[in-house]
Amino acid sequence: MLEVAFRHRFPGLALDVAFEAPSGITALFGPSGCGKSTAINAIAGLLRPDQGRIALDGRVLFADSTNLTPQARRIGCVFQDARLFPHMTVEANLRYPSRWRRGAARDFDRIIGMLALEPLLQRRPDTLSGGERQRAAIGRALLSDPALLVMDEPLAALDEARKAEIMPWLERLRDEIRLPILYVSHSVAEVLRLATTVVLMRQGRVLHSGPLTRILADPELAPQLGAREAGALISATVEGREADGMIRVATAGGPMLLPDLDLPQGQALRLRILAHEVILAREAPQGLSALNVLPVTVARVDGGLIQLSFGNERMLAQVTPRSVKALELLPGTQCHAIVKSVSVLPS
Amino acid sequence: MIPTDWLGPQEWQAVRLSLRVAGVATLVSLPFAIGVAWLLARRRFPGHGLLSGIVHLPLILPPVVTGYLLLVTFGTQGPVGSMLKPLGIVFAFRWTGAALACGIMGFPLMVRAIRLGFEAVDPRLEQAAATLGAPRPWIFLTVTLPLILPAILAGATLGFAKAMGEFGATITFVSNIPGQTQTLPSAIYALLQTPSGESAALRLVAVSVVIAMGAVLVSEWLARRMKGRG
Repeated sequence: MLEVAFRHRFPGLALDVAFEAPSGITALFGPSGCGKSTAINAIAGLLRPDQGRIALDGRVLFADSTNLTPQARRIGCVFQDARLFPHMTVEANLRYPSRWRRGAARDFDRIIGMLALEPLLQRRPDTLSGGERQRAAIGRALLSDPALLVMDEPLAALDEARKAEIMPWLERLRDEIRLPILYVSHSVAEVLRLATTVVLMRQGRVLHSGPLTRILADPELAPQLGAREAGALISATVEGREADGMIRVATAGGPMLLPDLDLPQGQALRLRILAHEVILAREAPQGLSALNVLPVTVARVDGGLIQLSFGNERMLAQVTPRSVKALELLPGTQCHAIVKSVSVLPS
Repeated sequence: MIPTDWLGPQEWQAVRLSLRVAGVATLVSLPFAIGVAWLLARRRFPGHGLLSGIVHLPLILPPVVTGYLLLVTFGTQGPVGSMLKPLGIVFAFRWTGAALACGIMGFPLMVRAIRLGFEAVDPRLEQAAATLGAPRPWIFLTVTLPLILPAILAGATLGFAKAMGEFGATITFVSNIPGQTQTLPSAIYALLQTPSGESAALRLVAVSVVIAMGAVLVSEWLARRMKGRG
């Protein structure tokens, strides 16, 4: 658990940042210039905030009388520009931390294998592609035996093809290495795919922080991720295959059906249900092509964005104000949510 | 074999002495130049401008003035010279004095070149090294220094060339004693003062040109080699 609370004043921007990052990937999300990079520099010990307290797993990194050096913090950093040492080979870069952080030296082969760095070991950073450079930088950070991995927009400098190349490595990182990761990003797509917790930042302040699923299903916060992206993210597990090939999944709100996908039983999934893909009906609809019709209860009404509770899950529906009136949608109203489409993200 | 008899023994002495003076001056002042360049490039402190000014003084003062100031300070009667004398360190009218004068005259050139090197190194690379656990002196040795080696080489070459050619401060501080303090430039100067010395002076001029060109070529070759590696 990373606990962060600090204030810092720059000419033109006053930061007042406070949040907690549990295990998993915590995305620090916000537009450029909102103070994300300052926050991670303060956490990594590269910037001394005016005041505050930063602690990692109960170990105080920064407080009134404490200011650990970056060396003593054990925070692995992956920067947007990789920052590999240009005068060393990839292997020398990867082995650089081992003199001071012996703990990770025994993991060398495993991390090389996980990130497929073997063919790059003898290369120089300036001969690597952007994606390869980031992979090497991730490996070097992991080999510094960190207690927390901080990634500052690691994909921002890459084109779409390179991003697609790196994403699976980051997912493996999340799933295979039990290491809390603080992931700075201004890309909704990256946050949706990777994050478990989100810290929303605006102009030096934390608007909100909490589990990604909560934020996506919150009519007030979801638009902060971008209006088109409002919608729920629901955890699901593959239960089995129907006779016609449809996949039956279990969610906290009940069973749902997915089109024929090559998914093994027991596979954990994240289902993304966008608010404008959900239609509401007061009566159980008849003769409908949509397969997923779920009994829901209106939890909150915020303009045309309706938060629905569905068992223990939350989701959003985008409707017009006229429909809100016509259907008399109020908190507590029972209705049926017709889910037109679901996208599946690996979990 | 290169024939050695086309220069008289006294001329050879001047060449050897010049190489020794310039070599010692460059090697001894190099660590100080790196230190001062680092201070000027990376630190902000009260007196920053003053230090920069003092370092650059030999570049802007007439060399004779620098030589005279050295004589006043490091001469056997001078405040520093008289302190060092009991320790067996004497500069006045010795080749060590010539090396001191040459080192000081070349110092600003070395500092300028190396400082540019420090300013070109991305401090974020050093920050990255710090997050990987490396202590600061280690970061300096393994990241900063290798990255500025070309600048150090350029500074050393400049300093060496300056030392080979230094005349005014040297002759003022340690005079022009054959075999003791007579460097290449002062030998050329002395030869030009004698009616029959012109051809010997010309030969020494040729030697100067060869040494200066050689220094530049060696430094460029080293820089290319390092670039190839790095």
